[in-house]
Amino acid sequence: MPNNSIQVKGLQKSYKKLHVLKGVDFEVEKGSIFALLGSNGAGKTTIVKILTTLLKPDSGTATVNGFDVASKPESVRQSISLTGQFAAVDEILTGRENLIMIAKLRHLKNPRQVADDLLNRFGLTDAAGRGVSTYSGGMRRRLDIAMSLVGKPQLIFLDEPTTGLDPEARIEVWKTVKELAANGTTVFLTTQYLEEAEQLADRIAILHEGRIIANGTLADLKKLFPPAKVEYIEKQPSLEEIFLAIVGKKEEK
Amino acid sequence: METIKNYFFMDMGVMLGRSMRHIFRSMDTIITVTITPIAMMLLFVYVFGGAIQTGTDNYVNYLLPGILLIAIASGIAYTAYRLFMDMQRGIFERFHSMPIARSTALWGHVLTSLLSNAISVVVIILVAFIMGFRSSAGVLSWLAVAGILALFTLALTWIAAIAGLSAKSVDGAGAFSYPLIFLPFISSAFVPTASMPSVVRAFAENQPVTSIVEAIRALLSSQPVGNDIWVALAWCVGIMLVAYIFAMRAYKKRV
Repeated sequence: MPNNSIQVKGLQKSYKKLHVLKGVDFEVEKGSIFALLGSNGAGKTTIVKILTTLLKPDSGTATVNGFDVASKPESVRQSISLTGQFAAVDEILTGRENLIMIAKLRHLKNPRQVADDLLNRFGLTDAAGRGVSTYSGGMRRRLDIAMSLVGKPQLIFLDEPTTGLDPEARIEVWKTVKELAANGTTVFLTTQYLEEAEQLADRIAILHEGRIIANGTLADLKKLFPPAKVEYIEKQPSLEEIFLAIVGKKEEK
Repeated sequence: METIKNYFFMDMGVMLGRSMRHIFRSMDTIITVTITPIAMMLLFVYVFGGAIQTGTDNYVNYLLPGILLIAIASGIAYTAYRLFMDMQRGIFERFHSMPIARSTALWGHVLTSLLSNAISVVVIILVAFIMGFRSSAGVLSWLAVAGILALFTLALTWIAAIAGLSAKSVDGAGAFSYPLIFLPFISSAFVPTASMPSVVRAFAENQPVTSIVEAIRALLSSQPVGNDIWVALAWCVGIMLVAYIFAMRAYKKRV
């Protein structure tokens, strides 16, 4: 078995005249948290859609858990879960019913038990019998992530998991993501929040104008930052400064 | 691949259970698809009915087929709405990224439409019985009526699917149903076409609702159905096929 959960080579995708991905390459190691960083419209969601078999690339290859997304989409779907940009929960059903529904669709033996365990784990037991339309944004996101964990997929995609959440709910989601990785699940997350990548990710890739322009650990990225001119100042660059510096440099070319 | 095909009916059951729950938890849906047609039936029978000359002694018998078609036409507006909401909220993407028979995300809605409309049709017929509706039809005729209504529901459901899959807003997703709900009024559903001015009459006699209404009416009153049933079936199947092709085209664009 390869040690990579995701392997992407030369991925290209256009929407009509808009060339969104112009040759994207990266790898995601098994059991790690990988953050794809980029501004709005950089193509992060397009990459997620290709990797989750919702969209076909124009060219290039992508392998997820050892399966090619183009030729083995069923096997890919078997081993992944997607938490999309908007909480994909059923508003009219209750929290428990949502989880049971997903467990049934994953053809698990004991949907109720699976649902109750996840409700417990995500602190939603008290709200389990209430319609999701009454949930707060943070609870909805928690349920959303819980739904993605039904059936214990090896790899989960989180597309901007904290967009639109208040700081408290954001920290809750971060805690959840860290726990996932601690249990061996590979996490692929996209974000436009630099702090989020800094907090969570083992590796960070920066997507800009259709290409990955930097990829490495936070320490690697920090090395890319031009050395300070006056050396005795010890201030470390924040990821935000790194990001803006790299992006700015590329645009000048 | 094979395992997923084997799960088709199971997945379909889950999808059906989900959207049936949506219906039973939405008072608005129940009122619109069942209570409104019943209210209309009461209004026409007990208020307008006395002044309408249909040539039959029992106006409920005359009116019922048209009311059923109106109930179905308002029912499928909710199919379009539910489909639209699924596309909008990202739950479709969740389903499609899961190891399920993908088509059930769409077919679940079609099956729900059939089942929920069948329920409201049955409820309306029961109320009609209380109001004095009587039929001498045998089992075969009733089955034929059920078949026509099911085909009519399917035809309209695929029209609803086009709207639900391609609409840009919630209002747009439901708006297409208004002309459909209106069609029975310009047909022989409420009054015989003979009293209408010639242009209106020509339209009324040649639009699908009239032949469907006439066929159902004849079946329920054990009259010879003549050509109406074939014209009705041709309309239903024709609309269904064309709408299905366009709905599938809209569906492929979205996935």
